[in-house]
Amino acid sequence: MSITVTPAAAQRIRHFLTQRGKGVGLRLAVKTSGCSGLAYALEFADETTQDDLQFESEGVVILTDQKSHEFLSGTELDFVREGLNEGFRFNNPNVKDQCGCGESFRV
Amino acid sequence: MALLQISEPGLSTAPHEHRLAAGIDLGTTNSLIASVVSGAASVLSDTQNRRLFPSVVRFLEDGGTETGHAALSSQHHDAPNTIASAKRLMGRTLNDLNGLATSLPYQLIDAPGMVKIRTIAGDKSPVEIAAEILTTLKNRAEASLGGPLTGVVITVPAYFDDAQRQATRDAARLAGLQVLRLLNEPTAAAIAYGLDQAIQGTYAIYDLGGGTFDISILRLSQGVFEVLSTHGDAALGGDDFDRRIADWISQQCPSANLSISDRQQLLHHAKNAKEYLSDTDIAPIAFELSDGTNIRLQLDRATFWRISNELLNRTLKSTRQALRDAKLTNQDIDGVVLVGGATRMPHIREAVATFFGRPPLTNLDPDAVVALGAAIQANVLAGNRGDHDWLLLDVNPLSLGIETMGGLVEKIIPRNSSLPIAMAQEFTTFRDGQTAMSIHILQGERELVSDCRSLARFTLHGIPAMNAGAARIRVTLQIDTDGLLSVSARELTSGIESAITVKPSYGLDDAQIARMLTEAQNKAGDDMRMRMLRETQVDARRLLDATEAALAQDGKTLLNPAELNAIRQCMHHLVDVIETEGVNQIEALRQASETLNQATQEFAARRMNHAIQHALTGKSLEHLAL
Repeated sequence: MSITVTPAAAQRIRHFLTQRGKGVGLRLAVKTSGCSGLAYALEFADETTQDDLQFESEGVVILTDQKSHEFLSGTELDFVREGLNEGFRFNNPNVKDQCGCGESFRV
Repeated sequence: MALLQISEPGLSTAPHEHRLAAGIDLGTTNSLIASVVSGAASVLSDTQNRRLFPSVVRFLEDGGTETGHAALSSQHHDAPNTIASAKRLMGRTLNDLNGLATSLPYQLIDAPGMVKIRTIAGDKSPVEIAAEILTTLKNRAEASLGGPLTGVVITVPAYFDDAQRQATRDAARLAGLQVLRLLNEPTAAAIAYGLDQAIQGTYAIYDLGGGTFDISILRLSQGVFEVLSTHGDAALGGDDFDRRIADWISQQCPSANLSISDRQQLLHHAKNAKEYLSDTDIAPIAFELSDGTNIRLQLDRATFWRISNELLNRTLKSTRQALRDAKLTNQDIDGVVLVGGATRMPHIREAVATFFGRPPLTNLDPDAVVALGAAIQANVLAGNRGDHDWLLLDVNPLSLGIETMGGLVEKIIPRNSSLPIAMAQEFTTFRDGQTAMSIHILQGERELVSDCRSLARFTLHGIPAMNAGAARIRVTLQIDTDGLLSVSARELTSGIESAITVKPSYGLDDAQIARMLTEAQNKAGDDMRMRMLRETQVDARRLLDATEAALAQDGKTLLNPAELNAIRQCMHHLVDVIETEGVNQIEALRQASETLNQATQEFAARRMNHAIQHALTGKSLEHLAL
């Protein structure tokens, strides 16, 4: 399954990439850390590698590695505002449980 | 689920390890807080989407406080307890403030080190007031960023001295913030425009805020911004342009009888008209006075330019002075940055462009430029950026040195040295058998102790008794990145050591720093003559001491009473000349010293012979040949 972004997220990503002045897209990854075992990483991507899986959604290039994709398949990336705090949210169907802080999850 | 931000490649943080950092522009009128979010610096707004935070704190009877917009709206009905412009009081004593104290609507009281403000909730120091503002900004940032701040960069005017910088740090500590660095406001503006990415260059930062004007000339070389000069006017800002329009309106309707609330209304409409004229050619002004008079006027740009031209010229005069201080012309400037909301006025932009012969940088919001630059710097210092590790350095605003014989200052760390820095110099004893040395640390550009500011003094004890000039005392001055000065003195032959950490005492204001700098330049000639006089006096005293010591040892045996008397008379004469103060005494001193030298020549020769005979007596020729 692919990884998608919402129009709101796509607009922000394009904005940040323009301001940054370089980058081919966005890299999503899952790292084994955090209080519930796994954590998301969201980074600008300056280059693609051979092992990358590449998706395109709403005109934004999304890169991820094979292993991370196991945990991210079907994820939708959204950009939301909660009170004063704005940021990206992973709507990940694979998640079964997450820690109270919400920064870490389990599948 | 926590919200995530995009990181630079390879720099995404583990959960709970976010290094959230923010830049704070702690202004006289308004403050802002900004942070780098997903690679771009942006100002953090409050829940009502307001970005500017009025630097106003109101103290309530029950001990509570109101800050920002809430406090500002209480200002007119609770002026004595509503403190605005506290930045002007940071690190100042009542003495430093002279004229300002009477113009403030709240009561200042003298306190050691720094003034305090008498409020209904007790006496408050400007540091506490700044801390209230910083606390509110901190809460705003933590709500926006979704976690506690690792550290902040706070901007201060380039002319802030140690005391004012220390007061700002203290306020941050009181607010529970870790200060990664204090950054000069013009430097922050230059960073916001990415000027630090160039290899080198010279930039002018024109900062016209609500109530203050500052012009700074910066030079970038090898990643360090150096403040070449600053100039400005602490009582000139956008508010003065409002007042000019208000005066114009009241001139147009001379019959009107203005009440206090009318004056306020007038200022309010004047401000609106000013802002309107930034985008359009004609501003309509329409409102009703309390006596029923209807005001219907139109203010066009040309009229506004005319009535405010004098204010604009004052800023250009300061700019010329700043260039002159930096020994530059407008041709030498590689870029001009506009800072402060008042620089939105088109005629200011045009005048600055004409003055420098190049269009100024204006594409960032002039209110936010300083905060954005501070945020970028904070992001780097917090370790959120990997691709290159530039770290801007602070510089010390005034030279530091120690007192030497004759009330002179020997500079050890010159002004504008980048921090951290450590510099050492060797000194020696002045008198035979001297076992202690008093180390007096001074700040300033002048040659004489009495013209510089005393920072600290301590004594190095236990120097082994030696002849004058034989001891070697190494004095090291060190300023760390936090601007804290430590001084150590070490006698190299014996290894005895003494040290002190200097916490800058509050009380030197920008006007004083500026005065000290200009005095140093204007009085360079006087200072040099004074230095020569003191040096000649020191030499003369040394000659007197040496003669006295020799007379005590051999005077009776080698001189007849007449000869002794002649030498004594020359010595008395020299003492008289030394005690007559005045720069024109240098020649007289030299002559008197020379006369004494000549009078003792025969005596010196006899002593020499005597000493040689003494040394030779009883020695065989073979021994001597060795």
